[in-house]
Amino acid sequence: MKWLGSEAERRRELEALLKADWKELPRALIVEPATSKYYYTGDWRTFKPVRDKGKCIGCLLCWVYCPEGCIYITEDGGVDVDLNYCKGCGICARECPLQAIAMVEE
Amino acid sequence: MGKIIAVEDAHAAALAAKMANVDVVAAYPITPQTHIVEELSRMVAEGELDAEYINVESEHSALSACIGASAVGARCFTATAGQGLALMHEILFIAAGNRFPIVMAIANRCLSPNINIWGDQSDIMSSRDCGWIQIFAENAQEIFDLILAAFKIAEDERVMLPVAVNFDGFYATHVVERMELPSEEEVRRFLPPHRRQTGYLLNPDKPLTFGAIGFPSIQFELRRQWEEALCRSKQVIKEVWREFEEVFGRRYEVVEGYRMEDAEAAFILMGGSAGTCRTAVDRLREKGCKVGMLKLRLFRPFPREEILEATGGLKTLIVVDKHICLGGLGGPLFNDLRSLYYGSKSSIDVVGFIAGIGGRDIRVEDFERMFERTIRGEIPPEKYVFLVRGEA
Amino acid sequence: MIEIRWHGRGGQGAVTAAEILAHAAIGEGKYAQAFPSFGPERRGAPVLAFNRIDDKPIWVRSDVYEPDIVAVLDPSLLATVNVLEGLKPEGVVIVNTKESLDRVKATLNFQGKVAVVNATDIALEVLKLPIVNTAMIGAFVKATGVVRLESVVEAVVERFGKAGKLNAEAVRKAYEATVLG
Repeated sequence: MKWLGSEAERRRELEALLKADWKELPRALIVEPATSKYYYTGDWRTFKPVRDKGKCIGCLLCWVYCPEGCIYITEDGGVDVDLNYCKGCGICARECPLQAIAMVEE
Repeated sequence: MGKIIAVEDAHAAALAAKMANVDVVAAYPITPQTHIVEELSRMVAEGELDAEYINVESEHSALSACIGASAVGARCFTATAGQGLALMHEILFIAAGNRFPIVMAIANRCLSPNINIWGDQSDIMSSRDCGWIQIFAENAQEIFDLILAAFKIAEDERVMLPVAVNFDGFYATHVVERMELPSEEEVRRFLPPHRRQTGYLLNPDKPLTFGAIGFPSIQFELRRQWEEALCRSKQVIKEVWREFEEVFGRRYEVVEGYRMEDAEAAFILMGGSAGTCRTAVDRLREKGCKVGMLKLRLFRPFPREEILEATGGLKTLIVVDKHICLGGLGGPLFNDLRSLYYGSKSSIDVVGFIAGIGGRDIRVEDFERMFERTIRGEIPPEKYVFLVRGEA
Repeated sequence: MIEIRWHGRGGQGAVTAAEILAHAAIGEGKYAQAFPSFGPERRGAPVLAFNRIDDKPIWVRSDVYEPDIVAVLDPSLLATVNVLEGLKPEGVVIVNTKESLDRVKATLNFQGKVAVVNATDIALEVLKLPIVNTAMIGAFVKATGVVRLESVVEAVVERFGKAGKLNAEAVRKAYEATVLG
């Protein structure tokens, strides 16, 4: 997934708020939802999941179990992982009923 | 006589309750107090402390359970912070007005919104009228000592009021530091292992009614009686702290001065920041500034005479509050002090700073800046300043 | 008074390292503080822990901004965190790394002293786990001498109970292996 320029900009704006003067803050720091997406939790990963497309049947169990919510459904009904957020916990690999996911050291 | 140990501040609080031989602990965990109650529950589970640990479903229930146990004559302890203290608010008055000698440790934490788990004094300050004795501790040694002494104060027949021992969330809960742990024998010399089973105690053989209705014809007099008890407790607190010094060798005063001998200006504050302030006073003294510090240990009842005496020779008093009385006239300690000097013969100039809200670190440099601003007269007409981005 | 900052990742034992150091210093009759950067943190995220050590009582109760010594438990942090921030120019930085002292010195571009040790290897060898905090304590003692080796060994043994002996070995091995320059 690629981030659009405007999203990177919004991230910078939000981070700047944390250093702003009190008069510049939005009321009660109320902002749009899902700002946690700007915090890339994939930065400290040691292992990453690699899917064997030949074995995958699109059951979506990995998508269900991912605790980070960073596995997404692709257009062809398969799955892919957003490496900006994947922490390499390996739950998807463990839950895959066909062992179609391997955890590979980066 | 005691043993030098390294201990986490929160565990020092648990150790004090343990050595006080409490009978009942009813508490609900909340950051940054969790290490206190986790340690106490471990002590009970592993047989180190013979007490009943009641797992309750909220802080409101925690204090309610302590009231029930205290009414029967049990020595009770609980601990909370921030939102937890706010949740038990109505019960605070019940505990004090019915004269139950409960001891509570409060890891002072900022009240939401926004969600903030870090240390400031807004929790206790928002409840300061509840009729409890309120004491502030600075570090592991004080946390241990003052909680231990709190039981003796609370259970004194002349007092019979609950005592809250306050200390900074995180900066005085999650720090491992050095402390002298007294021996079991020393503690027993100071505090008997159980409460005296006299006075108003719930007993099916001699039934009593607590907390009956108070009609307008009587409630006023009851409040006056309560106020009298709280104010008179100051004498007992001083007595107990003198006895503490005799047994353990450590001296505690209601207000403690640092480099006050020829001071023209002084900081006054409560809690852990006093340590950082002391360092700032040393630095300012090196620059030739005649400045000292007063650490207020007893907040309720408010020690008028002792403060008037300690501030006698001062031109300027710099009050540092970690809470803002929203919509009012500044911080709580600032308000109390300005009230104290109004109408007295003192011409002291009282200036206030609101600092450390939401766990914002107060640095040595910040105290130096507060002093410099005060000396340069850069204080607005309302006489208090927020140490916040965009203002200070 | 000496101020120390530890850099680690959540779960690697940086906070425990600071606590053990405080225990060791207090055991020697000194005064010490150990505390983490306060707040919740998830496993794997960069965390900080701090110490203050002095021969007289320590009054200051605020964060450490200008440490005299910095210890880095995880080499991957060098790329993402400015581990040298606030470090006094005459200070010491101790790094867990596979690289040589010269290589690390060049990377860090720091004017003061640098110490390196392959704490991960030592931990894997002795403890069979990549938990480097006890090894890093040994490296700390070698690089700075702030406390005695025996003091930290004693504190480690007391802290870890059954695993105390193995962890003490990790401390000693790292102490021997640490190179300072």
